[in-house]
Amino acid sequence: MEHILTPKVEEVKLLDRYTAKKPAIGTLYLTATHLIFVETSCNTRKETWMLHHLIATVEKLPLTAMGCPLHISCKNFHVAHFVISSERDCQNVHQSLVRLSQPGKVEELYAFLYNPKQDEDERRNGWGFIDSAMDFKRMGLPNEFWEMTDLNKNYELCSTYHSELGIPKTASKGTVFGSAKFRSRGRIPTLSYYHKESNAAICRCSQPLSGLSARCVEDEEMLQAISRANPKSTFMYVVDTRPKLNAMANRAAGKGYENEDNYSNICFQFVGIENIHVMRNSLQKLLEVCAMKSPTMSDYLTGLENSGWLRHIKAVMDAGVFLAKAVAEDKASVLVHCSDGWDRTAQVCSLASILLDPFYRTIKGLMVLIEKEWISMGHKFTQRCGHVDGDPKEVSPVFTQFIECLWNLMEQYPCGFEYNEKYLLEIHNHVYSCQFGNFIGNCQREREEMRLYERTFSVWPFLWENRHQYRNPLHKCSLGREVLRPSTLPLNFKFWCGMYNHFDKGMQPKQSILEHLLTITQKKAEGEKKMTDLQIQLAVMDGVLADQGSPTGTPPEQTSLAPVSVSHTAENAKPLMNGAAVEEAEIELVPTAGSEKMEPVAIEN
Amino acid sequence: MEFAELIKTPRVDGVVLRRPFLPTVEGTLCLTGHHLILSSRQDNTEELWLLHANIDAIEKRFVGSLGTIIVKCKDLRVIQLDIPGMEECLNIASSIEVLSTLDSVSLMYPLFYRPMFQVIEDGWKSFLPEDAFKDLESMTEEWRLSDVNKDYSVCSSYPPLVAVPKDVDDDTLRKAAAFRHGGRFPVLSYYHKKNGMVMMRSGQPLTGTNGRRCKEDEKLINATLRAGKRGYIIDTRTVSVAQQAKARGGGFESEANYPQWRRIHKAIERSSILQESLIKLVEACNDQSHSMDRWLSKLEASNWQTHVKEILTSACLAAQCIDREGASVLVHGTEGTDSTLQVTSLAQIILDPACRTIQGFQALVEREWLQAGHPFQQRCSQSAYSNSKPRCEAPVFLLFLDCVWQILRQFPCSFQFSQHFLVLLFEHTYASQFGTFMGNSASERSKLNLSQKTVSLWSWVNRPQEVERLSNPLYEANCLVIWPSVAPQSLLLWEGVFLRWKRSSRCLDEAYDEMVHIIQYNKELQNKVNNLRRQLAQLETEEPLLQTP
Repeated sequence: MEHILTPKVEEVKLLDRYTAKKPAIGTLYLTATHLIFVETSCNTRKETWMLHHLIATVEKLPLTAMGCPLHISCKNFHVAHFVISSERDCQNVHQSLVRLSQPGKVEELYAFLYNPKQDEDERRNGWGFIDSAMDFKRMGLPNEFWEMTDLNKNYELCSTYHSELGIPKTASKGTVFGSAKFRSRGRIPTLSYYHKESNAAICRCSQPLSGLSARCVEDEEMLQAISRANPKSTFMYVVDTRPKLNAMANRAAGKGYENEDNYSNICFQFVGIENIHVMRNSLQKLLEVCAMKSPTMSDYLTGLENSGWLRHIKAVMDAGVFLAKAVAEDKASVLVHCSDGWDRTAQVCSLASILLDPFYRTIKGLMVLIEKEWISMGHKFTQRCGHVDGDPKEVSPVFTQFIECLWNLMEQYPCGFEYNEKYLLEIHNHVYSCQFGNFIGNCQREREEMRLYERTFSVWPFLWENRHQYRNPLHKCSLGREVLRPSTLPLNFKFWCGMYNHFDKGMQPKQSILEHLLTITQKKAEGEKKMTDLQIQLAVMDGVLADQGSPTGTPPEQTSLAPVSVSHTAENAKPLMNGAAVEEAEIELVPTAGSEKMEPVAIEN
Repeated sequence: MEFAELIKTPRVDGVVLRRPFLPTVEGTLCLTGHHLILSSRQDNTEELWLLHANIDAIEKRFVGSLGTIIVKCKDLRVIQLDIPGMEECLNIASSIEVLSTLDSVSLMYPLFYRPMFQVIEDGWKSFLPEDAFKDLESMTEEWRLSDVNKDYSVCSSYPPLVAVPKDVDDDTLRKAAAFRHGGRFPVLSYYHKKNGMVMMRSGQPLTGTNGRRCKEDEKLINATLRAGKRGYIIDTRTVSVAQQAKARGGGFESEANYPQWRRIHKAIERSSILQESLIKLVEACNDQSHSMDRWLSKLEASNWQTHVKEILTSACLAAQCIDREGASVLVHGTEGTDSTLQVTSLAQIILDPACRTIQGFQALVEREWLQAGHPFQQRCSQSAYSNSKPRCEAPVFLLFLDCVWQILRQFPCSFQFSQHFLVLLFEHTYASQFGTFMGNSASERSKLNLSQKTVSLWSWVNRPQEVERLSNPLYEANCLVIWPSVAPQSLLLWEGVFLRWKRSSRCLDEAYDEMVHIIQYNKELQNKVNNLRRQLAQLETEEPLLQTP
């Protein structure tokens, strides 16, 4: 609280960013965790909450006739333009926010204050809710080719990797440790996704320290082992996600990429995704486009093009599609890396997994995927999201791009995903808000050192509890194990208004199909229950159940009505079901006790 | 002339049809007077029936003796026909070229088409001006239906009956007509029930360089104003374009002569520019290169979205003047047959919930486009692929449909129809078996006696099964004024038309079907619950003794 100079400012104006509408007038409060604006100019109490840690920039503009403007923009793209009448108040608020939005150390983040009133058991269970190791079991590991190793249990092999790693069975300890010495920061080739259907695998690592001519027998053996773990294929792909020029520049610094002559049967490929600095600048330009005041269509489209943002999104998507195609169609394993193997590599591997495996298109599956490819494999959330005061050059929207690629996929496959856009936005929000501990710290070792599991809560159980909101009513399980083959023609990529202009409600469709369908699916569960109840009541009145002596309430065991009521109650207990359940329920609707009676009534209508 | 003379080779076997995202079909190609037909003669594969009138351009290619014809359609579809035999291919190509560009109205397909469905309600009689006026009469007595144009002599592009202020006699109308472009004197377009404000439309005033005035014209439009109230004139052209028009005898209403009116200029482009924009947009959509920058810059350079934004903005302005400012509005551009109609019809979509129903939308198209004299035949004789020099072609109506789609996308539950209806209208304006969009005005349609000789599109659309297909499952009647956002971020490229043939529709169709299914199931469920409730209530009253607590 010592940073809050002025906890309350009255008569503050909140400007509408786009239209010349009258500004809202209200009171601004600074709390330990939030900036709150309470509108007093309208009859209904309207509040705007901004978490300090979500604030990306605070800017105090020169005094105007109206007062002193204060521009705040958040990491979730919420932007607010306030005008404070007293310059001194504005100065104080500005100073407090600058300090509060950039905590000096991790311990000041909201997650360490946030207490959802859970006891220790609940907290522990919450952290155990998503276990990335379980996912390897789901893929069929260990099997005759792959195994889980604890060679990294003390983080000696690689400090930024998880303690448990999937490696080829034939790779000896010597090979693994040798390879680690030849890879940037010891990030050895390790399993990301195993595709049961083809035996092909996606592995990830960092760049080799090949320099201009260096080679490493163990690393070559490691790649051999990966290749051999897919015996049906005669070769494997090695994908460097960087532009070729960048990779070549790294050679001079003793790093670089694999020389095809030194590794047997590899097919080497660059896919040209730009680095974190290019992405950061691109987003900056995109946000400038979003913030333009009444732009013409031409301003907007030119700005969109010049930002390069969609070009980068497409590049990430193209790479993901390349990987999925290699695995599903060529049935070849792929090793992916960039420089350190924690940014572009994470994007591309997780996208490919989603394309290949419908599990990751479920609500829980996406949690597992993020846990596995981002959290446990060492994406630098602390720096990339700018959680604490640090080098601004380390900030980059790498995770945002992954989420955006996913949204583009959902636009192409409206029935293919169990979750909806709100789920993506919510996850994105939590990555930046630090309300939960999941996205604090850069790797498992750091999180253990910070004792996050004892001091903060996990976001996953919280999201799971609210999963009904995140459900895609159009989801069809019937798509089965289909591999998604999205088109990556430029015209398939759209600007994501729901993300970048999410808080500009005027720009969003005024009626939401998603909300409409969610309401209907909710009603459906109620309706089905109601129908069951009514059918039972009717049956009772008809005398069918009279001799069972249980005329009202929930039926205990019913033989005559069992198919209808029991299964419906069971469905209701589970989360709302999708198309498959609808069909199932419909078939059951026909032969019910009341059916003969229903018809004449129906005709009357 | 017999069609047979134009068809050198009526039939070729072994032709292969290739379409993007659909399986190739091998079969027999037949040419008839109006259709190109490809049939595999197998029961389970669909036949291709393509109206010659739908063909915008063709290209031929030869590899050895195998010829290929690429057919580019006005609905923007591109198909490929592989034809064995050079002579056959050349014959087919030249026949298609001739048949698809026949100029003679008397040879057009609607005059030959006999409906295979039962006409329940004759669409030619569904939306008569007399009937529309009855609705108006029920709301206000300030207007009358004038038959001053009964023989089309006052205005060739107006219908015989138009609504005008009650206090203005036909003689005044005739004089005002002489002062307006194409004789298009100000007439009623829309009456806003909520506050009694009106929207009128006309052609530009013929002020010329020396500032001619016309007392009757002033009287006519002033008659629509309430005492002490000001009205707005929305000129769809920029000030400079309107100024330039003076040199050609046109112009705009000066403040001096129309002191009760405030003039606002907008910037909707002329038709020739719109046609060029469509051609560029379609070219951009067909670009198969994988460069994002190229796509975005081509999209931008086409200016299509700019037109959409400008038209919608103008319509919002008109609607705002009426609903928010409580003022009456006169809309015109130059001729009053293009941008004027875009603005007046879209403003009605925004203001009037009735226009958002299937019937109401037909009535709007009939009233504000067909009766109002939009020259459909001239505007839609060529589409985006045609190699011939455009004459009067312009996607004016397509832009209107695009704008409706934008509003529909922002208010997905407020329209009784789905975008299928808009796409259907787009298709039928360019090539159709129905006579609805033939001719350029009511007078031309009457001379051709289309209501007797052809079937109306509305006869087809208003059959229950078609209504069902075009219905929006999400519709919930919304009696409010709906204000769309015109921010560039809120306006998307209309995928349903421009990307329709560029990608597989499977996933999107599947999603749509699923949505229909969910809503349908929910309705049935609610009905069943209600029925059960009724039964239960019935039983309870019949057998009070058995009633359970």
